[in-house]
Amino acid sequence: MKERVIGWLLFLCAALSTMVTVGIVLVLLRETVAFFGEVSLAEFLTDPRWTPNFAADQQHFGISPLLAGSLLVALGAAAIALPVGLLTAIFLSEYAADRLRQVLKPILEILAGIPTVVYGYFALTFVTPFLRSVIPITQVYNAASAAIVVGVMIIPTVASLSEDALSAVPQMLREGAYGLGATRFEVSTRVVVPAALSGILASFILAISRAIGETMAVTIAAGGLANLTANPFEPVLTMTAFIVQVSLGDTPPGTMVYRSLFAVGMSLFLITLVMNVVSQWVLSRYREAYE
Amino acid sequence: MSGEERGLVEVVGAGRPPPPHEPLGSRYGDAGRDRRRRVTGTVFMVVCAAATLVGVVALVALLSDVIADGLGALDVQFLTSFASRYPERAGIKAALWGSIWLLLLTAAIAFPIGVGAALYLEEYAARNWVTRAIQTNIANLAGVPSIVYGILGLAVFVRALGFERSLLSGALTLSLLILPVIIMAAQEALRAVPSSIREAAYGLGATRWQVVWSQVLPLAMPGILTGTILALSRAVGETAPLIMIGAVSFLAFTPTSILDQFTVLPLQIYSWVTRPQDEFRGLAAAGIIVLLIILMSMNAVAIILRNRYRARH
Repeated sequence: MKERVIGWLLFLCAALSTMVTVGIVLVLLRETVAFFGEVSLAEFLTDPRWTPNFAADQQHFGISPLLAGSLLVALGAAAIALPVGLLTAIFLSEYAADRLRQVLKPILEILAGIPTVVYGYFALTFVTPFLRSVIPITQVYNAASAAIVVGVMIIPTVASLSEDALSAVPQMLREGAYGLGATRFEVSTRVVVPAALSGILASFILAISRAIGETMAVTIAAGGLANLTANPFEPVLTMTAFIVQVSLGDTPPGTMVYRSLFAVGMSLFLITLVMNVVSQWVLSRYREAYE
Repeated sequence: MSGEERGLVEVVGAGRPPPPHEPLGSRYGDAGRDRRRRVTGTVFMVVCAAATLVGVVALVALLSDVIADGLGALDVQFLTSFASRYPERAGIKAALWGSIWLLLLTAAIAFPIGVGAALYLEEYAARNWVTRAIQTNIANLAGVPSIVYGILGLAVFVRALGFERSLLSGALTLSLLILPVIIMAAQEALRAVPSSIREAAYGLGATRWQVVWSQVLPLAMPGILTGTILALSRAVGETAPLIMIGAVSFLAFTPTSILDQFTVLPLQIYSWVTRPQDEFRGLAAAGIIVLLIILMSMNAVAIILRNRYRARH
């Protein structure tokens, strides 16, 4: 009897995670449906203006400025973190001796453990002034500064997951290539990296998804202006920063601004979910089985 | 590469012949091609090492920026004063206590549920589609942006359940956020317990719960604790979900019950960062130093706990 009760209690703990997912979807869906009762999906996807705080007759709910803001920051971050992270992984897995690795890996872990609000402070007080001294057209709030710190933030994700993938490549493959006279560079880039490609790709996708979901650094450094631009030295408003912006203000439930928060939240949830699922799929679908 | 093999291949081997074989070209007298390959190899190694340094340099720059800005404002008065409009009188008393309350409350909620879920998945569940679905779902939840958990917390805990903008709402929200991390860490620790231990206990007639409670769990506990503390340190650094559920940044009291309003260090830091005056920037940096000290102590505790358990078993 006691055994069965315990079994059920433990099952409930595990099932709670499913309830969380259902809860997220239901909560987002309820207000999102109300939102799309007033705004057509076509307007949401194609209108180039996002002006929820204007008077009712001038309100526009086109998500493209927010989406563009998120993508600008995420792609800028990826441009830094993907090459740096992958090269770090190659260094750790193929070149560094054990002792050096034992020093470097904890440093990357510390980098991964620093709160995002701290990265925001760093962007605003260090990166932005630096950018402004080098590139004078840079504005106080700008996408580039946010992209740089988010890039630094996701380096550990790329490095550690890619290194796992590289280390999982069997030593035999390396030895085979060395036996044919390949240099270490040739072994790394033509044997080990291709063999670990699924894990590396999965880490890339996961890192970009994290960059899109990043909130505080972007809110602090990139500004609060919904601005459809590809210029990284201008302020942008990302999806996450918009959600923070609305919730900092006193927005009564039932208004369109309040509902737009959930519509944006739903978009964010779906985009990151798809990327995470694709990342897991890439990992399992293209995993080379070495037994 | 095993540890032994790696030991042979010493640190950065600039200038040394490429291990372990001479490039083929040398034997056939194509010295130019051979040299090019060797130069390419060296250049690539230097590029890899430089890339690795990017992370290190960024960390050093970040820490020295924060310490240079914040050390001046960090004193006893800063730790024991409430937030204030006047920078010279402002402190983090409410935020510090709020963070401690939130940490303990989140641990009390998330730890038992997370370990329970991991025990179910590893020790009880049948290997069927329900289990696989739960497992996939947990992996996906780990990738959901923290601000989405904030939206969930706002709708469910603050509004629907009527907990208002209380510590309880904050702790419940953060618990949901870190549950996937705790579950996955605990599962890994449970998987590392050899099955011979379970089989021996079953062989002596123990029930499943007796096996789990008195054999498996104690052995897995160091790994579980380490994972939990690391997850909690993520919760302590979270800002966005707490902004969503409406934690305030200007409080002149410390919480006395779980239904009180609260603020936490990251929120206090955020509110100071967004002020235009330089003095508040210094306060933000001082707050960051305190926050980072707390996070690093938590990591140290995780390591000590793990080592002590290891020594005992």
